[in-house]
Amino acid sequence: MPKDGIGASTKRREDIRFLTGKGRYTDDINLNGQLYVHFLRADVAHATLNAVDTASAQDMQGVVRIFTAKDFEAVGGLPCGWQVTDKHGNPMQEPKHPIMAEGKIRHVGEIIAAVVADSLEEARDAAEAIVVDYDELPAVIDMKAACADGAPKVHDDLTSNLCYDWGFVEENKAAVDEAFEKAAHVTTLELVNNRLVANPMEPRVAVGDYAPHDDSSTLYTTSQNPHVIRLLMGAFVLGIPEHKLRVVAPDVGGGFGTKIFHYAEEAFCTFAAKQIKRPVKWTSSRSEAFMSDAHGRDHVSKIQIALDADNNFTALRTDTYANMGAYLSTFAPSVPTWLHGVLMAGNYRTPLIYVNVKAVFTNTVPVDAYRGAGRPEATYQLERCIDKCARELGVDPAELRRQNFITPDQFPYATPVAVEYDTGNYHATLDKALELADVTGFDARAAESKKNGKLRGLGIANYIEACGIAPSNLVGQLGARAGLYESATVRVNATGGIVVMTGSHSHGQGHETTFPQVIADMIGIDASQVEIVHGDTANTPMGMGTYGSRSLAVGGSAMVRAAEKVINKAKKIAAHLMEASEGDIELKDGQFTVSGTDKSVAWGDVTLAAYVPHNYPLDQIEPGLEETAFYDPANFTYPSGTYICEVEVDEGTGKVEVLNFTAADDFGNVVNPMIVEGQVHGGVGQGIGQAMLENCAYDADGQLLSASYMDYAMPRASDLPMITVDHSCQTPCTHNPLGVKGCGEAGAIGSPPALVNAVLDALNRNGHAVDHIDMPLSPSRVWTAMNQ
Amino acid sequence: MQLSDSRDISADRETVWAALLSPEVLKACVPGCQEMTGSPEEGFEAVVVQKVGPVKATFKGQVTISNVNKPDSLTLSGEGKGGAAGFAKGGADVRLEDIEDGTRLHYEVEAKVGGKLAQLGSRIIDGFAKKMADQFFENFENAVEGPKTESEAEEGPGDQPKKGWFKRLTS
Repeated sequence: MPKDGIGASTKRREDIRFLTGKGRYTDDINLNGQLYVHFLRADVAHATLNAVDTASAQDMQGVVRIFTAKDFEAVGGLPCGWQVTDKHGNPMQEPKHPIMAEGKIRHVGEIIAAVVADSLEEARDAAEAIVVDYDELPAVIDMKAACADGAPKVHDDLTSNLCYDWGFVEENKAAVDEAFEKAAHVTTLELVNNRLVANPMEPRVAVGDYAPHDDSSTLYTTSQNPHVIRLLMGAFVLGIPEHKLRVVAPDVGGGFGTKIFHYAEEAFCTFAAKQIKRPVKWTSSRSEAFMSDAHGRDHVSKIQIALDADNNFTALRTDTYANMGAYLSTFAPSVPTWLHGVLMAGNYRTPLIYVNVKAVFTNTVPVDAYRGAGRPEATYQLERCIDKCARELGVDPAELRRQNFITPDQFPYATPVAVEYDTGNYHATLDKALELADVTGFDARAAESKKNGKLRGLGIANYIEACGIAPSNLVGQLGARAGLYESATVRVNATGGIVVMTGSHSHGQGHETTFPQVIADMIGIDASQVEIVHGDTANTPMGMGTYGSRSLAVGGSAMVRAAEKVINKAKKIAAHLMEASEGDIELKDGQFTVSGTDKSVAWGDVTLAAYVPHNYPLDQIEPGLEETAFYDPANFTYPSGTYICEVEVDEGTGKVEVLNFTAADDFGNVVNPMIVEGQVHGGVGQGIGQAMLENCAYDADGQLLSASYMDYAMPRASDLPMITVDHSCQTPCTHNPLGVKGCGEAGAIGSPPALVNAVLDALNRNGHAVDHIDMPLSPSRVWTAMNQ
Repeated sequence: MQLSDSRDISADRETVWAALLSPEVLKACVPGCQEMTGSPEEGFEAVVVQKVGPVKATFKGQVTISNVNKPDSLTLSGEGKGGAAGFAKGGADVRLEDIEDGTRLHYEVEAKVGGKLAQLGSRIIDGFAKKMADQFFENFENAVEGPKTESEAEEGPGDQPKKGWFKRLTS
């Protein structure tokens, strides 16, 4: 067993280059003859675009070419990767998503023109000389107002601003309504899941390049999934066959979902480089990121839980308005539906569930997946509503949850919202979290706080996730326009070293460390013998990329399958070398042995034989040792857990301080506990950011008000407590070879309701009867709620 | 944002009215105004340099006068484009009323900003717009009736009423 195999907290090897300034990010790529593009972006939310006059800008110093929508008439729009079918069986309304505004401006930040110049400064100067003739139109920002009769339409060619009206499961609706009529108690809660901006540390960058000698294009881009960009941009936008298009996503400084999507700037740089025959580079400023990166969340929901006289949940129904923004970003329609509605059962046995989602177009930046994507919105509704319900009934919120949990003997458990949880033990994580958070000592701590004039509260939230979205044949039926497998090639070199080429992309997850741990464990060699290659369509097999906490569960499984093929072949070679039967060969600690004998041959001798096949059964097996596998999971994985948050509220100012945070997660098997803890820390940090600080605000005219760090409050280290992380409750996934479930998003899913529940607990324990406060829980909002 | 206020000006209504329609007065009164050309009938072209929070920009735009109800009320509207800084636009409904010592000028101002100005300056825009409006009408008051400073008072004979530069021009 190698010291850095599965289960070892190996330090992240990639951090050496990140921490010493040797990372190679897209912005570090500068090509010979490179030009720079500056995008002229709309500063109004909704307008008829009459004309774009570039004449005087064109003559300015350094300007090479100015592009407007006219240059893209022969080019496709940005495709949407998921078609949702509404509750009447009709496809969603799907407007064209042009590279640049065509005839109409639909959100602040939309591209109107692009100036390509010798320097960025010259491009910016020239953009100021472009004259845009437009007539402003009334903007629709509020989702419910956008759905009203007579509301201004974001897309004139659609029948309304309603993208789709989705009912799930529509056949259950009558039974759900009937259960509500019979209920002994009904709890209702209306809430907002605030719009967020992902704000990865590295803004988006794109460098387009064109090689006239073979008519091929290359795009360097900050993407979580370069193959997906190659497919979407090549096939749907620019009409470049995949063998003439290479997409490279080198080191990427954080994605959080917002770098999944195919963006106009990527297509522009690739297109312009081919037109001009020089490389074209775009580096987003932070201001541009705020108004062009897809935003996250932005749901307005009403949730109701029905209970019988014994406090058992009998039915659940929700009505949600989900903001799509002005256009459909790549996977936007799937987020409030197949990543949200199907999770509404949570960890509970509720037998009847109906989810309605209205997806709405507004004059705002497109909204798409952000860390958790749909699952945080589902969890927030459910866990907030259960908390309110417990308060109304006067029962312990932990016990109300426990009473309604799916029990360990019920797995596999089919929920009424179409998914089947393969495994889990929610009682175990609840007990673990209660223990680690020292809930029994809370009253004493609350009394101490009170002496100091502070209101102390404790909040609990459970969550369930669906990660590694799959299988492809099912998601195809649900409207996905992509497969959701992953691939890997395991290439063993002659001297025994291994290169794994994976379709998973690492941009903070630590794949370069964890994936070798798995290979090291399988073969029994040192992890340093294994190198991970990712992020380049030219040297990795087709990949679907990294999102939805899928890398280890799906990409890791593909790697295991490829490594198994390699090992099987190596055993054949070893059997030949030792003149033994293949069935008797065992691989352990990097040695092939013939079972029951002292005969052995080292891993390196076998790999050398594969490439120098002098003594080799060439009539039976090919030389070489390299295998590729594609892995399409049988089901989602279902991580789950219990989060407990303890806060103090300053009664005089409404300021909330997060004192303790406990996360008890069931991620199944864990490859690198340190990296898993880091993922939970990061997720909880972002969840606390959403719950306490972050809010993307528009005014009624569609002006983006929070577009810098002066107005958009990111969490800082001082805003976060020490986080207790436990992943000892493990129910391994039953259908992937590693038994892993995924840990990337859990922290961001479970933490907002735990924190909000804690604040409301603090208030209600201390005589402030407050049902709900919408996030972010700023001092102003908390103080107002206490003093209304 | 919206705000309304009033100012008492020691001049008769005709004088105040004429001042409101004068490009020279507007140029002198719009804070940061570099150029102002045109006429009340056809509108004015203006160049204004202003700093809103972290954003300093040169705004080029039009000022139009509408809803003219001489000599009682009118609407002043302006829209300026500041290039990469975004845009600012606003309007003031102005109403004049006779009072004992002159004219009371009522104004209701509405101001909007867009683009980078909104993105970076939204927190301070209300205060900024109020300051702009206060400055404009204070400048206007001074232009019409003359500044209330000691040095100004010493310039003229004590028995003569003080005059602003606009009044001196027109009387």
